[in-house]
Amino acid sequence: MSIDEGTAAKVAHLARIKVEPEELPALASEFNTILGFIEQLNEVDVEGIEPMTSVTPQRLKRREDTVTAGGHPDKVLSNAPDAREGFFAVPKVVE
Amino acid sequence: MTDLNTLTLAEARDRLRTGDVTSVELTEACLKAADGAQALNAFVHPTPDLAIEQAKAADARIKAGDAPDMCGLPIGIKDLFCTKGVASQAASRILEGFLPEYESTVSRQLLESGAVMLGKLNMDEFAMGSSNETSCYGNAVNPWRRGNDDTALTPGGSSGGSASAVSADLCLAATGTDTGGSIRQPAAFTGIVGIKPTYGRCSRWGIVAFASSLDQAGPMTKTVRDAAIMLRTMAGHDPMDSTSADLPVPDFEAMLTGDIKGKVIGIPKEYRMDGMPDEIEKLWADGTAMLRDAGAEIRDISLPHTKYALPTYYVIAPAEASSNLARYDGVRYGHRAKLSQGDGIVEMYEKTRAEGFGHEVKRRVMVGTYVLSAGFYDAYYNRARKVRALIKRDFDKVFAAGVDAILTPATPSAAFGLGEMQDADPVQMYLNDVFTVTVNLAGLPGIAVPTGLDAQGLPLGLQLIGRPWAEGDLLNSAYALEQAAGFVAKPAKWW
Repeated sequence: MSIDEGTAAKVAHLARIKVEPEELPALASEFNTILGFIEQLNEVDVEGIEPMTSVTPQRLKRREDTVTAGGHPDKVLSNAPDAREGFFAVPKVVE
Repeated sequence: MTDLNTLTLAEARDRLRTGDVTSVELTEACLKAADGAQALNAFVHPTPDLAIEQAKAADARIKAGDAPDMCGLPIGIKDLFCTKGVASQAASRILEGFLPEYESTVSRQLLESGAVMLGKLNMDEFAMGSSNETSCYGNAVNPWRRGNDDTALTPGGSSGGSASAVSADLCLAATGTDTGGSIRQPAAFTGIVGIKPTYGRCSRWGIVAFASSLDQAGPMTKTVRDAAIMLRTMAGHDPMDSTSADLPVPDFEAMLTGDIKGKVIGIPKEYRMDGMPDEIEKLWADGTAMLRDAGAEIRDISLPHTKYALPTYYVIAPAEASSNLARYDGVRYGHRAKLSQGDGIVEMYEKTRAEGFGHEVKRRVMVGTYVLSAGFYDAYYNRARKVRALIKRDFDKVFAAGVDAILTPATPSAAFGLGEMQDADPVQMYLNDVFTVTVNLAGLPGIAVPTGLDAQGLPLGLQLIGRPWAEGDLLNSAYALEQAAGFVAKPAKWW
């Protein structure tokens, strides 16, 4: 599997990272190096093996369905680059 | 009289209790040492005023007879831990200016026990790196040098600042985190001890997430005893982390008898890599002999899927990172890019992330995005999770056959020069974690112990891997190894 510049551009967009067109060839080549390394996994016989979901065999604990935190809009917003009137502010999302 | 900053946690604790020293004196000695060590670039957000305040409170507690083990001991905290009101940036530009409103569980437990925080420590950006060269603060520097050669060496990564600070006696100990070797590799490169506990032993809550199924916090210390002391305070069940284990935390220090008679130590043949330097080979053989002489039974074992651990890791870790790092969107915290006329929210995301993330982080996020994307999920991500299950099964089998711990080298080489790997492809850098990454994939505890010097005078370490939840037993084996190796070398001060 070889990654071309078009695929690299698509992946960058999916990851929401702006990549300049002149950077794409180098990026595609790095992807190919890393994916080439990963391709080794195709040698392994994984027939009948379940993909690991949890490294320690434990059931997730349950808790009471009650509110345990909240009521601190000021703390939630304190690190926002732009917060107005108790909300996060972002550029226009819909036309 | 010994400089107070050179004490171990155990020595300082005992002297605090006898009233021989105060926490303020210990803290001032460390602050002075850190202040004089700018060349190491280990502390990136020093908190001297806070430290003195905490030290005074600790002294009052000790006087009142309420002194848990860590009370009054000055330590450094890796920048990956969120610390309330103190910059916590994960060494990334994208978290510039971020001041957490909360305290991570691990640092909270340390502070509540009376530990003194000297400041935040340098690291690779988002813990992605093996040399501390991806940090937005610049490189942390290893206090060790090759003889009289003044080439600046890496302290390893990602917990490079922690390793450098402990090794240079800028603090008595430090926290680290380990996703693929980030505690054990830097510990080995700087001649200190570092343990990654069993996955779930320490809460991940409030630690900036890299790869959630692999990340674990652990102590980086001058001795095995110190690791036992500090781990006990860091560990324990936390309802805020659903993967944290609800198991009692034993008194690890009380388990350090040094008696390993009859213990079975496995030597995995797959860790004997092609082209492994003779010095590493000899270090490993010497360590094996030390454990045998201490009464352990040495057994050759096989972990057949070892060679697939790194490629597995480089699917799973980037996949989880791409998901975890999606939260850095310029909305809730940290950096937001300046926008041009007409830019919408997608441009805001793309520009913010392009400006905020460094090269290695972008690369891993994009690789992760690719392996999770439609059409490739099964071929890469699911396959890697299956191989991960096989890697864990290898360990399960040897433990079921009676092996108590496994001895391996910690790293394939001694510390290398900063910049020396610049022209290598990313895979070359990833090979640093070849001996450590299996342990994260299998969720096991692993500890690096310094046991020798190479021909250039640089420290080398061995790794012991233990059964799940058997950190006490593992620390005891490490203690026996430490006693036998008698590693006492310190870097000559040049900074």
